[in-house]
Amino acid sequence: MKQNFIRDIQIGIENLLLHKLRSFLTMLGVVFGVGSVVAMLSVGEGASKDALDQIRKVGSNNIIIKSVKSVEEESTTTPDRRPSLSVYGITYSDFERMTTTFETVSRAVPVKEIRKDGRLGSKSMELRVVGTTPEWFDLVKRDVLAGRIMVSSDLTNHAPAVVLTEYGARRLLATRGSIGQNLSIGGNSFKVIGIVKSEGEEGSDIQLPDQEVDAYIPIDLAKVLYGDSSVKFSGGGIEITSVELHQAIVEVNDINNVEITANAIKAMLERFHTKKDYEISVPLALLRQAEATKRTFNIVLGSIAGISLLVGGIGIMNIMLASVTERTREIGIRRAIGAKRKQIITQFLIETVVLSTIGGIVGIGVGIFIPTLITLAAGMPTVVTATSIMLPLCISVGIGIIFGLYPAARAAEVDPIIALRHE
Amino acid sequence: MKNETASNNTIIQLEEAKKIYNVGSQDVNALNGVSVSFKRGSFWAIMGPSGSGKSTMMNILGCLDRLTEGHYLLEGQDVGGLDDDSLSEFRLRHLGFIFQSFNLIPQLTVLRNIELPLYYLGWDQKQSEARAGELAASVGLEGRLNHKPTELSGGQMQRVAIARALANDPQIILADEPTGNLDTATGKQIMELIAELNRQGRTIIMVTHESHIAAYAKNKLHMIDGVIEMMEE
Repeated sequence: MKQNFIRDIQIGIENLLLHKLRSFLTMLGVVFGVGSVVAMLSVGEGASKDALDQIRKVGSNNIIIKSVKSVEEESTTTPDRRPSLSVYGITYSDFERMTTTFETVSRAVPVKEIRKDGRLGSKSMELRVVGTTPEWFDLVKRDVLAGRIMVSSDLTNHAPAVVLTEYGARRLLATRGSIGQNLSIGGNSFKVIGIVKSEGEEGSDIQLPDQEVDAYIPIDLAKVLYGDSSVKFSGGGIEITSVELHQAIVEVNDINNVEITANAIKAMLERFHTKKDYEISVPLALLRQAEATKRTFNIVLGSIAGISLLVGGIGIMNIMLASVTERTREIGIRRAIGAKRKQIITQFLIETVVLSTIGGIVGIGVGIFIPTLITLAAGMPTVVTATSIMLPLCISVGIGIIFGLYPAARAAEVDPIIALRHE
Repeated sequence: MKNETASNNTIIQLEEAKKIYNVGSQDVNALNGVSVSFKRGSFWAIMGPSGSGKSTMMNILGCLDRLTEGHYLLEGQDVGGLDDDSLSEFRLRHLGFIFQSFNLIPQLTVLRNIELPLYYLGWDQKQSEARAGELAASVGLEGRLNHKPTELSGGQMQRVAIARALANDPQIILADEPTGNLDTATGKQIMELIAELNRQGRTIIMVTHESHIAAYAKNKLHMIDGVIEMMEE
């Protein structure tokens, strides 16, 4: 027996239009349910996208090894007036081994941090200067705002060149016009060759390699001019710290090798260091973690919103049950004429599904509108993805079927003899 | 019709038909052993006081209900063993109903109401609309196709019901007090329409308690307490 499906839907819509207000009110439950699911998912998606972007800026193929004062060292620092000396961190030979031992390491950049007073023109202040190699600018890709970045000839020529970060330039009040001027760092004169963009906002969870760095100079010069030790006078005592490299950023050739390489570097460092005066961080691991958090976040938010969708579904069921009772006589007439039970089921099911699907589509519109408002009003990032639209749409069709089945089954059970006597 | 064989001449046959309802702890024999056969093309009036079993008889004949005991043969087929879907199919293909209270679907237009059996038969919309239009014309309802039943008079509503009962071109028409809700003059028009259907060769079985309505029928069957009291052929 051929049944024209489109015609069935048409008849369903006609029936729903007979009670416009009732159909509209019934639909509202699904509209708000779907709307809140879409909105919640977009807010969740937006919040985590922010975190993920931050991690990606660090570079997901990179491993960052940092020098840290080991725990034992910290506790043995005596509060007396004798000068205390602490030596810790990654050494030049560690760095050498990292670049030569592992096949999976495609390149590595050393980071030597120096805190010296700097002066540009009349402006002077303490600067955080990083001594590094030109590869830095490959690994930590930043837009060049003015001039140029460090190149290998700067290293071989031992040219006293300095690249300012946007952050450092702002502190020193350097401008485009400062290119070519002299910047004095701890009494040594460097020529400003360029300014690069700074990334990362204040208070971000993810530590970016160029956070709060003012300037870059060639590492060899840093070694020669400033040495490894720094002296700090604190509370009347003298603290001398000696650190060869403050950081090493290692780039791995393939994203699949990141974890093995990180483990290998860890094992190597353990062999050469008696104390744990280093820290290995893997942005990829953070990325994975952030992604897992995002999923959980989305599930929780989605479920909360899903409850309102459920309430919407129950609303539909309630109205459909009332409608079945109200239309008992109609069902009886249809059955007497020769409609089979499953045709009655189809008729009522179509009405519910049409109701919930239209509700779902309107709800998606509402759900896209709300995140836009949130972004405008609160400045919170929101992202509407295909999943956050398709999922609630499928769910609303499903809700129509699930919550429509019982009323439809009730309709099919109507006994035509009793129904026809029904007044 | 005249050349048909004797066995094919019987369209409806009840054999020792019993219908027992369970009301509380008591069994009520609504039909208590009815044996009767109706010939193709006959026009029967079933009469009797309320509670005589004539409504039960109509439900059984209309395949809306099943016998507790005995057999019901419709077009030679025992419908007692059929499941719900097959009974629906039987009603759809062989039966037309006319009710006392018209039983039109209020939210559907005259056209859609007449079309209803064709919809379940799976007819194409264009064809079914054309046929519904013809049927409406044949019962004198031209120009009312897009009206809702509530906009019609009782007589017009019963005409719609008759057109709907004819849509599937049934051999048997079951009419349950077709003039019960109509005034005498309108009732007369409706009965003339039904009598015309019988002249076209359709078998009509009609329940009524008014003798002047029953007078349109060629045969009468009087029931009392679930049994046939008297037959006038």
